[in-house]
Amino acid sequence: MYTTELQKQPSRPVAESKAEKEPQELVDAFEARVAADEFIEPKDWMPAAYRRTLVRQISQHAHSEIVGMLPEGNWICRAPSLRRKAVLLAKVQDEGGHGLYLYAAAETLGTSREEMIEALHAGKAKYSTIFNYPTLTWADIGAIGWLVDGAAIMNQVPLQRTSYGPYARAMVRVCKEESFHQRQGFEIMMAMANGTPEQKEMAQDALNRWWWPSLMMFGPPDDESPNTAQSMRWRIKRDTNDELRQHFVDVTVPQAEALGLSVPDPKLKFNDKTGHYEFGEIDWSEFWNVVKGEGPVAKERMSARVKAWDEGAWVRDAAAAHAAKQHAAKQAAE
Amino acid sequence: MSNEWPLWEVFIRTKGGLSHRHAGSVRAPDAELALRHARDTYTRRLEGVSLWVVPSAQIVASDPSQGGPLFEPAESKIYRHPTFYHVPDSVKHL
Repeated sequence: MYTTELQKQPSRPVAESKAEKEPQELVDAFEARVAADEFIEPKDWMPAAYRRTLVRQISQHAHSEIVGMLPEGNWICRAPSLRRKAVLLAKVQDEGGHGLYLYAAAETLGTSREEMIEALHAGKAKYSTIFNYPTLTWADIGAIGWLVDGAAIMNQVPLQRTSYGPYARAMVRVCKEESFHQRQGFEIMMAMANGTPEQKEMAQDALNRWWWPSLMMFGPPDDESPNTAQSMRWRIKRDTNDELRQHFVDVTVPQAEALGLSVPDPKLKFNDKTGHYEFGEIDWSEFWNVVKGEGPVAKERMSARVKAWDEGAWVRDAAAAHAAKQHAAKQAAE
Repeated sequence: MSNEWPLWEVFIRTKGGLSHRHAGSVRAPDAELALRHARDTYTRRLEGVSLWVVPSAQIVASDPSQGGPLFEPAESKIYRHPTFYHVPDSVKHL
């Protein structure tokens, strides 16, 4: 799953601070390489602002994968069949794996995993706002796979060509694994939509609650997204928030129709001339409230995360102690 | 003191006959757990038949800013490639 960049303020321009004055010939060579679609690798020279932007984006992305396990993890024990349980378990395990690929990619930029995890637990790091909504019924698990992972895929596919090599390679792996997530979600929605009237109602209710948050996953509109231009120039981002959002609406509305469900937007209509759907206004004040940690379950998510981390401490300590003991024994024997 | 586990680089042989290829990194306290973490993190879908893990600190890498002196001398030595040599089309098996 994916978080879009959640920083509302633009990054400081490079030249603003004296300490950051960077040799012009290095900056020019870097810009030329990026413009030529070359990949930047960890040991290559890069502007400090490029590094900062990437650390922020990749770590937010990693945190989103990790926190994304929580709303779905709640449903593993309540999955309606053994098949659904095995599938959900595999999906949640994938999300954990995606978090780990991304932490490893961020670490190549000189930040440590410990620092990133501490920032998340201290509430200083952002993660995708989508996970601060509750998962009320089994249909929510279907809607998350279909819509949330669907939006994530749309965001992540272009990132396979992002300019930073380790991030791009992590995205290739993530995208390969993600498409089952969306399909299993759609399958759940299909089963519910074709089930009893009560089940169909649950599916519709889940679509009603997840539709708008899914559109918000693409981030603020282009004219309010201060970092977009810079990130596009550095080829960190390959498409703007609004372009991706439009694409998502265009492909998802026919899927909802196939399910026999209706998208909760009275202004939604297909424009024959443009070949695109037009859709209603997004309530961005809600988005920014959720970003600030005011989502219905933000506190619950973070306390579940911290609890899991704290309760696993003895395992990590024991593994480290065992490694130290083995190492000492080996040295004594030599 | 930080008790963060050290970093390991993971290499996967995707099938017999191919060489191991870098897949990513894991953190683990020792080699045995590094292998287990690598298995859980990078081979959930039959991606490999063999794994290597190497402490990241042990990898010695060339300096990208020295890429020119290191690699450019090969650029002018096109006679190292078979296409440099002109031979008649009528002569076979060359």
